[in-house]
Amino acid sequence: MKGKKKWYDYLWVVSLTYLILGFFNILFAWLGLLCFFIPLIIAVANGSKAYCNKYCGRGQLFSLIGGNFGLSRKKDIPKWMKSSYFRYGFLIFFFVMFFLMLWNTYLVFAGTKTLGKAVTLLWTFKLPWHWAYHGTLFSDGVAQFAFGFYSVMLTSTVLGFVTMVLFKPRSWCVYCPMGTMTQLICKAKNRGTSDK
Amino acid sequence: MPKRNAIVTVQECVACGCCVKVCPKNAISIYKGTYAEINKSLCVGCRKCAKECPASVITMEVVKE
Repeated sequence: MKGKKKWYDYLWVVSLTYLILGFFNILFAWLGLLCFFIPLIIAVANGSKAYCNKYCGRGQLFSLIGGNFGLSRKKDIPKWMKSSYFRYGFLIFFFVMFFLMLWNTYLVFAGTKTLGKAVTLLWTFKLPWHWAYHGTLFSDGVAQFAFGFYSVMLTSTVLGFVTMVLFKPRSWCVYCPMGTMTQLICKAKNRGTSDK
Repeated sequence: MPKRNAIVTVQECVACGCCVKVCPKNAISIYKGTYAEINKSLCVGCRKCAKECPASVITMEVVKE
């Protein structure tokens, strides 16, 4: 619906701030958990994708840069990228990498591994990130999780940015693991009530 | 010009809600977080949703009168 902008139309500011804060103090990365739990809670409790539809700051950011600023070719996304195979496959891949990150965090908590002050981009490239490390709270594991989680957030932003440029502004939404997951939850919750 | 309506390929819709945001007639809603639903009596066939849809699953069909 077009019309007066609501408060939640400005949540892209929050997403942008989150990315910037990670350059100053990595512990801010913990705030990103909100982007994981809020959509899931809404989907489970309410059976809707209100998070994607209204509140997703990242989506708004892509729509602003790709749409309003025109940094997008606005071409159709390739067919395979919107297929269930790719969407569910990417969701599983994302989960596996996420659990590897959690395992890594556990090892640092347990003291078997030392804290790696790096951000891993695209699950491969280790970027030195020690300048955003100013000590930790409670345990080195807390910082390790922050580095790991920020890696996830930065990687997905980079992927989303690339597909924004190549295809439509919010192409990320097509294969966003959170979006796929919340849609699956909604489908399961509303099974049998669909009119199509 | 024949009247046109937007139609959604429901199986491929990711329910992101991009179409809802651009519809000038408030004719689209996300049905229970699963797919976009178009209110055909409100749709004027402006194609804004089809252009916006990141999955390109909205097409226009000619309405037979």
